[in-house]
Amino acid sequence: MRVEAKLLLGLGVFFGVMCAVYWNWSLENAGGVMMFAGMLLCFLPGGYYYFWSRRMKARPEDDPQATPAQGAGVVGAFPGTSIWPFTLGMGAFFSVLALVFGIWFLVPGLGLVFWAVLGGTSEGRRGGRV
Amino acid sequence: MRRAAALPLAALALSGCTVPTFGASAGDTTSSRSVYHLWQGFSIGAAIIGTLVLVLLAWAILRYRRKGDAIPTQYQYHIPLELTYTIVPILIVFGLFAATMVVENKEVANPPTKVTIDVNAFQWGWKFSYPGTNAVVVGQTTQTPVMVMPVNTDVHINLTSTDVIHGFYVKAFNFSRYALPGIDNQFTFRAVNTGTFFGQCTQLCGLYHSLMFFKVKVVSASAYQTWLAGFTNSAAAQAAAAAQAGQSATYVPTKVTNSSGVK
Amino acid sequence: MTDVLERPLHLEEPDHHEHHGPSGLLKWLTTTDHKVIGLSYTVTSVILLVIGGAFAEIIRAQLASPNGTLVSLAQYNELFTMHGSVMIYLFAGPFAFGGLANIIVPIQVGAPDMAFPRLNALSYWLYLTGSITMLLGFFTAGGAANFGWVAYAPLSNSINTPGAGADLWIGGLLLTGFSAIFTGVNLVATIFYLRAPGMTMFRMPIFTWNMLVTAILILLAFPVLTAGLIMLYADRHFGTHIFSVAGGGVPVLWQHIFWFWGHPEVYILALPFFGMATEIFAVFSRKPVFGYKGMIFATITIAALSLGVWAHHMFTTGVVLLPFFSIMSLLIAVPTGIKIFNWIGTMWRGQVWFSTAMLMAIGFLVTFLVGGLTGVYLASPPLDFFTHDTYFVVAHFHSVVMALVLAGMGGLYYWGPKVTGYMLNERIGKIQFWFLFVGTQVFTMPLYLVGLRGMPRRMAIYPHDPQWKFLNDVSSLGAVLIGISTILFVVNLVVSWKKYPAGDNPWDAQTLEWFTTSPPPHHNFYRLPPIRSERPTWDYNHPEHHAVPHGQHVEPVLTTGESK
Repeated sequence: MRVEAKLLLGLGVFFGVMCAVYWNWSLENAGGVMMFAGMLLCFLPGGYYYFWSRRMKARPEDDPQATPAQGAGVVGAFPGTSIWPFTLGMGAFFSVLALVFGIWFLVPGLGLVFWAVLGGTSEGRRGGRV
Repeated sequence: MRRAAALPLAALALSGCTVPTFGASAGDTTSSRSVYHLWQGFSIGAAIIGTLVLVLLAWAILRYRRKGDAIPTQYQYHIPLELTYTIVPILIVFGLFAATMVVENKEVANPPTKVTIDVNAFQWGWKFSYPGTNAVVVGQTTQTPVMVMPVNTDVHINLTSTDVIHGFYVKAFNFSRYALPGIDNQFTFRAVNTGTFFGQCTQLCGLYHSLMFFKVKVVSASAYQTWLAGFTNSAAAQAAAAAQAGQSATYVPTKVTNSSGVK
Repeated sequence: MTDVLERPLHLEEPDHHEHHGPSGLLKWLTTTDHKVIGLSYTVTSVILLVIGGAFAEIIRAQLASPNGTLVSLAQYNELFTMHGSVMIYLFAGPFAFGGLANIIVPIQVGAPDMAFPRLNALSYWLYLTGSITMLLGFFTAGGAANFGWVAYAPLSNSINTPGAGADLWIGGLLLTGFSAIFTGVNLVATIFYLRAPGMTMFRMPIFTWNMLVTAILILLAFPVLTAGLIMLYADRHFGTHIFSVAGGGVPVLWQHIFWFWGHPEVYILALPFFGMATEIFAVFSRKPVFGYKGMIFATITIAALSLGVWAHHMFTTGVVLLPFFSIMSLLIAVPTGIKIFNWIGTMWRGQVWFSTAMLMAIGFLVTFLVGGLTGVYLASPPLDFFTHDTYFVVAHFHSVVMALVLAGMGGLYYWGPKVTGYMLNERIGKIQFWFLFVGTQVFTMPLYLVGLRGMPRRMAIYPHDPQWKFLNDVSSLGAVLIGISTILFVVNLVVSWKKYPAGDNPWDAQTLEWFTTSPPPHHNFYRLPPIRSERPTWDYNHPEHHAVPHGQHVEPVLTTGESK
C-alpha cells in the first residue's frame, strides 16, 4: 500500500508544482485547469491508499519475506463467463450510432444498455450464470 | 560527453562554413541563419551521442554474443555509472536550452519597423496588403500570389486567417507560423538576399491544401518603392500590378460544397 | 459460473479440473478470461495494423509522382486521416495495453485474472465496435473523416467538414476512449490488489511497471480527449461555439485539449513497448535488467513530464509559452537516455542470444535512437518553426512508431509461445526482421531529407518541386519492404501453426509468466514459487545465480544453464 500511495501522491505533488509554475508564468487557463485536475485525480486514490496504509498491517504482497502460504484464502470472486459485457457493448455501439444516423438508434441502444444493466446486476447477485 | 554540451554553443559562434549542413540550408534572412547555426549545433550533439550509443550497442552485442550455455555474472547496478548518465544528459539539455533561448529570443522579438505587411490566409489563398498604401495582392491556389518586400529592412508581418488554421511557411526563411482565426500573429523578418522564394500552406486546411501556394519576392528598397507606387486606387491597376508580379495563369476552382463534390 | 478463487498453496501439481465453459463463437462472446480477451485484442489490433498499413501503401503510391492521380485530393485527405487514426487510436495503444498487457500483466504479478473481468470484456467490445464505427465512414456518402488525425478546429466544424464520416470518427473515438479508460482502471486495480505474496512493488517486472505507469497516464489523459470530443460534437450539432471565433470561442482551445491528451498518448503508446523491449533484452542476455530501479524512476519521470509538454506541438501557433514547454520537452530526453544506457548495460557482459525477439528489440533500440534524437530538435522552438508540419516531423514520429512496431513484433515472438503454447518459425522471423528493420530506415531517412528541403506533410501532390520525387520514391521502396515484412509475419503464422511446441519456459526467462504452463490454465497458476526478487522464475531455476549488487566483485560461476 505504501509504495502505491507514494507513487500517486508524488505524481500529484509534481503536477501541483507544475500547475503553479505554468499558470503563474503563462496566464493560460486551459492547461492550468487540466494540470490542476490531474493533480486532484492523483490525490484522490493516493490519499485513499495513504489513509489505509497507515491503518492496516502490510499485506502479503507488500511483505518482502512472504511465502505463498501467507497468501492463502479467498482471492476474490471471478465470473467464469458472462454475456452481459457483450450486450452492454452493443448497447453503447448503437447509442453512438444514434449520434450519427439518427435518434431512433437510441431505441435498441438504450434498450440493450438497460437490459445489460439488469442482467449484469442480477448475475452478480445470484452468483453468476452463463 | 561533457564537450557535447559546449559544442552547440561553439558551433553557434562559428560561421558555419566548415561545419556540415546536416541537410539544412542557411536561408535568406538574419534569423534563418541563426536557426541554421542552431541546427548545426544540435546536429553535432546528436551525431556525437548517436555514434556513442551505436558503438556501445555494437560492442555489447558483438563482444558479448552468446558463446555457450554459461550463465554470465548477474551484474545489476552500478550507481556511479548510472548517476553519470543521468547528470551529464541534464547538463547537455541545459546547454541545448541555453542555445535555444539565445536564438529564440532574437527570432520572436518584434522590433519597431518601417514596413508592415498584413498577411491574410483563407481557403485557399493569400492576401497581402500593405497598410498605409494602396498595395494589395490577392491570389488563390496556383495563382501563387507574390508578397513583395524590401531587402535588408525589418519587415513586420501581421498574420491572420479568415476561416480555418493555415500555415505560413517559407522554406528559404527556415520559418513557419500558423495563421489562426481570431488571433493576430506578429513576427519580423529581415531578408539579406534578393530573390524570389517559394512558400506554401503547411497546416491542413481542407481540399486544396496541397495547392495553397505563394511566393515571397525580396527586392531592393528602391524597387520596392517603385512597386508600391505602381498601385493606385483603381482596381484595374491593382490587377495589372498583380499580373506584373508574375502570377501564373492556371487557376483551380475555389470553393466546393463538400469534400465529396470533387471525387 | 462465478469462481470463488483461493490461492494455490503447494508447489506440487494438484489434480485440477480444467475449466469447462462454452466453446466456439459463444466462448468468444461471453468470455471474461483475460487471456482470451487479450488474444482477441491482439488479433483485432494486428488486423487494424494491416488495414492502416494498406492506407500507407496507397499514400506512398500516390506520392510516387509529383502529380499523382491514383486518388483524388479529397480521397487523399481521407486516407492520411484514417491512416493516422487507425494506427494511433486503434492499433498501437490497444495492441499494447489491451492485447499483450492484458494477457501478460496478471500472470506477471501472479494474479488469477484481471481485477474486473467483466469490465475487461466490455473494454474489448467497446474497442471492437469503436473501430468498426470509425471505419464505417468509408461507406458513407461523404467519405471518411478528412481533417487529419488531430481534427484541428475550426476545420473539423460542421461547415468545413459536414457529413457522417466526421461524426463516425468522433463516435468511434468516444467508444475506444472509454475502452482505454476501463482497461486503465483494470490494470491499476490488478497491479495494486492482485499481486502474489512477496511480489512487492519493487519486485514487479519492468513490463508490469511500465503498464502501471501507462494505465495511470491513460486515466489522466483519456478523459480530457473524451471531453474534447463531446465539445467538438456539440459545436458541430448543438450550435455551441466552444471552438468557433464567430461565437466567441477559441480555436486554439481544441489544440490545448487535444494535445493535453495527445502528448501523454505518445507515452501511453511508447511505454508498453519500452517494457517489452526491456524484458527481451534481459532474457536474451541472460542477465537481470541493468539499473532496475533507475529504469522504474525513469519511467515515472517520463510520465510526470509528459503531462507538462503538450504545447510543443503548438509552438508555431505563436500563443504558447515557449521556454516552459521547451525545457520540459528537452528534459524528457534525460530519462529516455537513462533507459537507452540501461538497455545497453543489460546486454553488457551478458550472453546475447540473437533470437528473432532479440533482433527485433535491437532494431527497436536503433530506430528509437534515431526517433529520439530528432525529437530533441523538435523540442527547440526555433528548430520547430523551421521543420513544423514538414516531412521532417513525419519522419521523426515514424521512426518512433516503427521502433514501437519492431518492439511489438519482438513481444509477439517472445510471448507468443506462452500465449499459444507454440513457437513461431525463427528462420522466417529473422528474414521478417531484416525486411522490417531495413525497410524502416529506407522509409524514414529520405523523409527527413525531403522535409528539410521544404516538403510539407499532407500534400497529395507536389507539382512545383519535382526534385522531391526521388526521395519520395526511395521512401516508397522502404514502405514496400515493410509491407513485405508484414506478409512474412502472416506467412510465419500459417507455417508455424501448431507445429513447434514451446514448453513452459523456452527462453530460460525470468519472470512469473514463464513459471506456469504454456498456455496457462484457466486461472493462470497451479502453483507459485517463492518470490524473492523481480525474477522469481530465474531464482527458482538458477538459485545460485543471484543478481550481484554494485561493489561486489564475484568470480563468474561457470556452470551450464540447464534448467532444473
